[in-house]
Amino acid sequence: MSIDSVFVHKMWDDNELSKMVDGGVPFPMLSDTGGKVGKIFGVFDEEAGVENRGRFIIDPDGIIQGYEVLTPPVGRNVGETFRQVQAFQLVRESKGKEATPSGWKPGKVTLKPGPDLVGKVWEVWKTEMAFD
Amino acid sequence: MAEEMEVGCARPTGGPVGESVEEEVNEKKATIRKEVSSMIHVGKKAPDFAAPGYQQGKFVSAKLSDYLGKWVLLCFYPGDFTFV
Repeated sequence: MSIDSVFVHKMWDDNELSKMVDGGVPFPMLSDTGGKVGKIFGVFDEEAGVENRGRFIIDPDGIIQGYEVLTPPVGRNVGETFRQVQAFQLVRESKGKEATPSGWKPGKVTLKPGPDLVGKVWEVWKTEMAFD
Repeated sequence: MAEEMEVGCARPTGGPVGESVEEEVNEKKATIRKEVSSMIHVGKKAPDFAAPGYQQGKFVSAKLSDYLGKWVLLCFYPGDFTFV
């Protein structure tokens, strides 16, 4: 979503993005002319008149589970976004019985919070697991 | 999901759905802005909105609440053709 019109979105997809992604962008490229939506999400830069690089993870109940906002010159890390979505999906599927520690990614150990784990995280999770 | 829509010469635009974010006079503006920017909290409902869009050769109209039941990544960016 950006402040560009749907017509400019079409031109960008036709002339540039479809050369990066086969078949062009598959999802809706939304238009927020005037920044009304960006304002309610707190990402609209009034002075510059554009949206900052905001990214919101919204779960199937419509709840915001996480967000990140960057100023324009720095791009996002899509892999990290997917890792967060996978972690939130795991937590949701376990109905909150499992939690994902720092550095978790699919295949790595999860934590099962409860009386037995208090003060014992050091036994099941090592500092190097925070890193790839 | 996003539904196809007709477009004319006017620039279609979207906005919040439900409670309207009212533009009020001078002195109240600052407080309103404060309330508006505090609408986003993790663990809380995302404010609903509708917006026009472009998807795979069609102009569409999308509403966030139409995606209930799915995981949604909502991404904002400064502008088309702006490099990053």
